Amino acid sequence: MKAVFDEFDAYLQAFGYTLALFLVSGVLSLLLGTVLVAMRVGPVAVLRSAAGVYVTVVRNTPLVIVFAFFSFAGPTLSIQFNWFKVSIGDYDFTSLFCYAVLSLTLYTSTFVCEALRAGINAVPLGQAEAARAIGLPFGGVMRQVVLPLAFRAALPPLASVQIALIKNTSVAAVFGIAEATANMRSLLNDFGATQRFGIFACFALGYIVIVEVFSFLSYRLERRWRVAT
Amino acid sequence: MRHTRIKAAIAVLGLSLSLAACGDAGSDDDGGADVEVKENAADEFDDGTYMKELAEAGKITVGVKYDQPGLGFKGATDDIPSGFDVEIAKLLVADLGIDPADTDATTWEETISDNREPFLEQGKVDLVLASYSITDERRQVVGQTGPYFTTGQQVLVKSDSDVESIADLKGEEVCSVTGSTSIDRINEEGAKGVGFDSYSECVQKVLDGTVSAMSTDGSILAGFAAQNEGQLKVIGDEFSEENIGVGYSLEHPEMCEWINGVLEESFENGSWEKAFEDTLGPSGVETPDPPTLDECPAA
Repeated sequence: MKAVFDEFDAYLQAFGYTLALFLVSGVLSLLLGTVLVAMRVGPVAVLRSAAGVYVTVVRNTPLVIVFAFFSFAGPTLSIQFNWFKVSIGDYDFTSLFCYAVLSLTLYTSTFVCEALRAGINAVPLGQAEAARAIGLPFGGVMRQVVLPLAFRAALPPLASVQIALIKNTSVAAVFGIAEATANMRSLLNDFGATQRFGIFACFALGYIVIVEVFSFLSYRLERRWRVAT
Repeated sequence: MRHTRIKAAIAVLGLSLSLAACGDAGSDDDGGADVEVKENAADEFDDGTYMKELAEAGKITVGVKYDQPGLGFKGATDDIPSGFDVEIAKLLVADLGIDPADTDATTWEETISDNREPFLEQGKVDLVLASYSITDERRQVVGQTGPYFTTGQQVLVKSDSDVESIADLKGEEVCSVTGSTSIDRINEEGAKGVGFDSYSECVQKVLDGTVSAMSTDGSILAGFAAQNEGQLKVIGDEFSEENIGVGYSLEHPEMCEWINGVLEESFENGSWEKAFEDTLGPSGVETPDPPTLDECPAA
């Protein structure tokens, strides 16, 4: 445990990368997931089946394989981010960060899509029919009536999906991101002989804190958004 | 219908078994150099020593790496791993009168960087020869003796790169294995270490241009440069020194003198040199002089 406190800055920076991965991929996966679910329940048959196939394929592929695909096959398929280089303070975000965000976003968005679909199924059919009856087009029905209700209904499973994402960022440790798990493995290599348990405990605690803060916020939001019934 | 399915399943099973057998057949002769197994080895050790126990049982478990070409590497169809670590381990095993080529007698367990100390402490392995750097921290919990090999970190870049040493890579991303000592050294030198799961993945990243360089022990890099001749080159001086030693359990401190004895003998009779030439020689590393062994701690 001493090893962690001796280089506490490195510990914080590592969790900083974990958080950055989570925040960027979290927002992007919510956006992409919403688009996907609109395609899945929409009136255009081609889009409906395209979204269905996408969800089936990506959701059933292990995350490590998604990562490996973009990391190793990506560059040869000219999916390249070598132009990307952003530094904010001590943090450098380069092409490796892009690959990680891309993998996490594409993977998590399928789960977001399915959680939202459950939410849409929970919206009483009369709501959508009423929206249609007042002359709203599909986009308007989704944006102004169905999705706001669906998001409220789907908040608990959406929070679970995002919590899974927080922990899934650890896969990036072996794809070039110096995030928390990578830092932990570094410390284990140097000090694992004598401080193994303490190092594990410190890093588990870091993840628990992030997840707990996030859960707390989602509970608050759930209460705020609760629909009077 | 049901019967056809069962038949199909049996056919598939049979096929996969025969394929596995094919794999075995190909690897009979790539077990590395033959070592002479000592006869009646058990008589040579004092009663009560762990060496005697092992020699009498005729069984030993050695922890090695499976993923470092030239040091400890096991291909999918190999029975036993190959490499310099493994050759040195064979000398030790043979000295106990155990046949290192017989997988019933000698178990080659894969040890990764994270589990070497726990495996020794729990007795899952009797010896560790897994590019195991000697450090004071590790010596608090396990026994380490040697070194039987010293190596240093260098840099591998594309052949057309104008980078000349690690100093030219300040602030740049340099690939190595997540959690390895190499990645810490890269950071200490001012470059930014990025970690992947294995060195071969780093090679891939250097080749596709995502990172401009990778860095770890020169002996490993030389192997990859030889594999990708004309595309990759090893540059710069070694900027670290690692002493690679043999790990044993502190419960059996008497093993230290024995290990040193066998190593010393191999330095003198040329078997150390031969092991080096057979494994690391082809990648263009010149055979160095054998290192000086550390003294064993007073038991």
